Amino acid sequence: MNTNLGLILLVGALIGATSGYLGSFMVLKRMSLVGDALSHVALPGIAIAITLGINPLLGALVALVIATFGIWYLGEHSEVYPEALVGVFFTASLSLGLLLTPEPELLEALFGNIDKIGIMDSVLTIIGAIIIFIVTFIFSKKLLLGIVSEDLAKSQGINVAKVNLVYLLLVALVVALGVKFLGTLLTGAMVIIPAVTAKNLSKSIKQFQLYSIILGVVSSFLGIFLAKYIGISSGPAVVLTSISIFLLSYIFKNK
Amino acid sequence: MEKDNILSVHGLKVKFDNHVILDDISFEIKRDDTLAIIGPNGAGKSVLFRAILGLIPFEGKVEWAQNINVGYVPQKLFIGKDLPLTVAEFLQFKEKKIDKIHEVLLEVGFQKEAEHLHNDKRVLRTRIGALSGGELQRVLIAYALLGDPQVLLFDEPTAGVDITGEETIYSLIHKLQEKADLTIIFISHELQVVNHYASNVLCLNKEKICFGPPLKVIDKETLTKMYGEEVNLYRHHEH
Repeated sequence: MNTNLGLILLVGALIGATSGYLGSFMVLKRMSLVGDALSHVALPGIAIAITLGINPLLGALVALVIATFGIWYLGEHSEVYPEALVGVFFTASLSLGLLLTPEPELLEALFGNIDKIGIMDSVLTIIGAIIIFIVTFIFSKKLLLGIVSEDLAKSQGINVAKVNLVYLLLVALVVALGVKFLGTLLTGAMVIIPAVTAKNLSKSIKQFQLYSIILGVVSSFLGIFLAKYIGISSGPAVVLTSISIFLLSYIFKNK
Repeated sequence: MEKDNILSVHGLKVKFDNHVILDDISFEIKRDDTLAIIGPNGAGKSVLFRAILGLIPFEGKVEWAQNINVGYVPQKLFIGKDLPLTVAEFLQFKEKKIDKIHEVLLEVGFQKEAEHLHNDKRVLRTRIGALSGGELQRVLIAYALLGDPQVLLFDEPTAGVDITGEETIYSLIHKLQEKADLTIIFISHELQVVNHYASNVLCLNKEKICFGPPLKVIDKETLTKMYGEEVNLYRHHEH
């Protein structure tokens, strides 16, 4: 194994693990599509970063954080979740991003290119993954209680709105980290699919979170190897791998 | 607030989008008392609960005695049947010590014998979405008890529970009444139950219709004010 492949596998594994962990909450919150749509917001951020000549990851992160506050505000200040509005907002940012991104970089921004991952990206991914794991672990009980019953959580003095904001910011961070690996169109898939698969197999929250993390890592590994050996693009390879595992779990569950 | 009161509510008003749900509600509860809240559907009973718990914005004054732990038992949980969360994991949201959890489960009527259908060890491994209505209700009561509360709030404790389950829930509430320093506030639809268990009743229909000992304050007039023509229907419960 050359060092480059080792680095790619490390980044892939970390993104798979953190996406899976955060995705386990996303699936229970029934916000799966928000996670997916959120990733599209990264595109105009990347475009502006490329134009200004700064690291696209930072551009993506800034755009995502702004959008996260938007989603959070809408979620907290409306009785019904304004899904339609979210749909409009995200397709708008995708269109804008498509126009703004310089053509040579467009394909990469949309679908990712794992071979372009450098030392700097790897370091950022490692730091980001550590932050995500620690903060999510600390907030895990509060988040879950808020999902089971917002009233119970609030009656125990938990600030559910604040917990939700922290959670969404972590999702923004994982999407920003994943963009270079899987692209703005496919990063959301890694938040959803491993967690949905794990839900089919789990009988407890402990199992659910563990399986989500493992399945995220396994999908990344298998996908990256597949991409290398067949010579296809890594983003679709990873996503299709995780979908294949999902289909298997579905058949297994219904037996 | 008077010294032996645990809760005093004064001029409480709740609005949703300029639509008044509750208006000018005032009442007081003494320590160790049992208060029933009755009223027709849409009278604002659950809204009153959510207001005194501080879950929703309101006008007026809600004053709890100092250093009070309030245990809240919601009517149900809005969760999918396939939620991968066991009863043990749920109860651990509030209490880490498994001994304490077992103790509370026995208190709410689960049994220690392994062959018993409702034994505490089996229940702890069960997914919360797979519990029967009565079991879920008791798990929710256990959850509320884990905080060592001085006040328990029950939102219609027997909604979604069959008749035998209903009896056990009420005998459980009766058992809890005997605990020292435990004030109970519960929402109910059934006059029979209110007469039997509550020392005071608050009749509600968007505003306060009556307040006091049930046998004293519930009469034909207050019932008509609350339920209108449905009065006769409710009388059927008094065997």
